[in-house]
Amino acid sequence: MAKTHYQLIILGGGPAGLTAGLYAARARLDHLLIEKGATGGQVLNTHWIDNYPGFPEGISGFDLMEKMAAQAKRFEMNSIMNDAVKVELPEKAAKIIHLDDGSRLTCDSLIICTGAHANNAGVPGEDRFLGKGVSYCGTCDGPFFRNLDVAVIGGGNTAVQEAEYLTKFARKVILIHRRDSLRAAKVVQEKALANPNIEFIWNSRVTAICGDKEVEAVEVTATDGQVSRRPVQGVFVFIGITPNNAGLPLDRLRADVGGFIPVDTECRTCVPGVMAAGDICAKKVRQIVNACGEGAVAVLSAESYLATLEHTS
Amino acid sequence: MASDKVKHISDADFAAVISSAQPCLVDFWAPWCGPCKALGPVIDEVADHFAGKAVIAKMNVDDNPVTPGKFGIRAIPTMILFKNGQLINQITGATAKAQIIDLVNKAL
Repeated sequence: MAKTHYQLIILGGGPAGLTAGLYAARARLDHLLIEKGATGGQVLNTHWIDNYPGFPEGISGFDLMEKMAAQAKRFEMNSIMNDAVKVELPEKAAKIIHLDDGSRLTCDSLIICTGAHANNAGVPGEDRFLGKGVSYCGTCDGPFFRNLDVAVIGGGNTAVQEAEYLTKFARKVILIHRRDSLRAAKVVQEKALANPNIEFIWNSRVTAICGDKEVEAVEVTATDGQVSRRPVQGVFVFIGITPNNAGLPLDRLRADVGGFIPVDTECRTCVPGVMAAGDICAKKVRQIVNACGEGAVAVLSAESYLATLEHTS
Repeated sequence: MASDKVKHISDADFAAVISSAQPCLVDFWAPWCGPCKALGPVIDEVADHFAGKAVIAKMNVDDNPVTPGKFGIRAIPTMILFKNGQLINQITGATAKAQIIDLVNKAL
């Protein structure tokens, strides 16, 4: 019969999960990492990463994640490709993970690194034109917009960086932001503001994505109520993230209103033996580098917890 | 491990492959697309799952511009399911294995 119980299960294979996998494997913990696709997480959507230390020239998102996975595999990280559809955290007994093939695994300690995904703009036309002009990944879909005009929605790091990247392909990039200034890092802002192919529309929201079979325009509503229509063939949405928390017992984990999970400085949740790391955590800073740090901390906390179990059993 | 059950197709043999009476799932991808690469191993497992029952194919949109243009593909990964040459369903974005299997099962 296949093994169904582990000392430690790690949910998710982004930067936090893979670092947790590396530390668990090196600690020779009886562990399993569960990832629904291939490992990598949101970083796979990022064309180029300049703020992860150790890569002076920068590195592509895909290459960085491939290296993280390879490093964990070198120490025999144990992983499977499956979707954890439900997590149960009984008071005394082992933690239970239900997989999408109907099987069930149990563990003594659990690290939740399920991450987050891009928010939808929530405007008419967005669903209808998904894959027909609406995109959440500049790296993936930029090349389909050669010599066309595109809109970028958002003003944070991702939005501004992707707007800059899209000018490699698009004739013009229109960045539409609801505030009058950008939130992106200064170095990212400077580059974008100096780029002649990016036009900024401040204090405005996209209120509809219009077209027949494909995207043809966006409807822009300014804070003062003025409505205009801008012809574009693509719309890239980068307005924050939503936690991947489906199937998690959110009440028991005391998730915040946004569905993110609070943890202490040791990455422990309020449930003994359950840690969380990376973008799923309730926190302000969501960078690859702190996700990795939290993955490591979470494993060390799991080890401490497992040691207390050995003493009591 | 890459599955040998996945059929790599081009603009040239596309029409012939999708005219199959078996359901045919085509994954449109490119080497510069991280999520496409992440979907790769999932497609491999789907192909092993449907060996002999459905055709699981991949088309590199960089090398084959005609077919993606014909289907108005503006985002990848996009998977299109065909049967007897007819488009049956379409999904855009990295998708869980169970969901893809479910989609193909409905067309069997």
